[in-house]
Amino acid sequence: MAVNSSRNRKATAAGKTARPILKAARDEPATGLDKLIHERTRLALVSALAANSSMTFNELKTVLQITDGNLSVHARKLEDAGYLECCKGFDGRLSRTEYKLSQSGRAALQRYVTHMEALISAVKRSG
Amino acid sequence: MSKPDQRDTAATSLHGVAADNLRLIRATMEKATAFTGISGKGYVLAGLSAIAAAWIAAQQTLPLLWLAVWLLEAAFACSVTLLLSAGKARAQGKSLWSGSGRKLLFAFLPTMAVGAVVTLAFYLQGNTLLLPGLWLILYGAGVMTAGAHSIRPVPLMGFLFIMLGSAQLLVPATANLTLALGFGGLHLAFGILIWRQHGG
Repeated sequence: MAVNSSRNRKATAAGKTARPILKAARDEPATGLDKLIHERTRLALVSALAANSSMTFNELKTVLQITDGNLSVHARKLEDAGYLECCKGFDGRLSRTEYKLSQSGRAALQRYVTHMEALISAVKRSG
Repeated sequence: MSKPDQRDTAATSLHGVAADNLRLIRATMEKATAFTGISGKGYVLAGLSAIAAAWIAAQQTLPLLWLAVWLLEAAFACSVTLLLSAGKARAQGKSLWSGSGRKLLFAFLPTMAVGAVVTLAFYLQGNTLLLPGLWLILYGAGVMTAGAHSIRPVPLMGFLFIMLGSAQLLVPATANLTLALGFGGLHLAFGILIWRQHGG
């Protein structure tokens, strides 16, 4: 009995600590959760670039399985935010677009992963 | 004010979204670094030539000639797979010698070098009976290690080679048949799978 009540007290305490994180996560804009990379295609795009020093437009299209237009739109949004660096050139007579993750893009992904991990442990503690 | 059960549902759903996003990050990173330039056609050709080599090798009575047949087959299979993989990688806008392709080659080559030394040592001692099992195991180990940098069927193929090689070491009498099953059958089966699923 004593053990059980001690466990209950611990669970209640953990639940109290976890609640603000859960509440914050539910109210997305207030938390600092990066909405730009919270979108799945952009999250995948940033993740693919985090695993390589740079990737071409065609390589990204193959890995993400998306259309040219879709990739262009999402890459432009990330580029505008300073998360991606884009380099356009020529490979023989063919045009070649290469993308690289910037320092701030890498830091944003790291923050996002930390946020998701904190969310998972908060839910585990409150449960 | 939300009720406790509504809060629980929201928490569970948040947990699900977070876990799902972390899975997406991990899967995309794995996919982005995997080398997909391995040629399925190359494996199919290597498989067919291994079946032919097994039949020719079975006709040989001298160990030196038997060994020569399999060494020629190994040289042909390696060359054709390497050439077709380089071509496939080029068509994908990649190079066999950069990034994941280089990692794959460096993971594969040490066990192949060990295989060459073991083959020479065993032949000089006049013991070629254990060679087929060792070839299959060493090739499987090389493919499995290198496969960590490539698509999923590759390490699985390596694992099956190790299993076949282990069986061959325990029952060494069926050398040509087991080599035909491994270098022929497994290469053919996985070559067709890679050809269909990953193109070329």
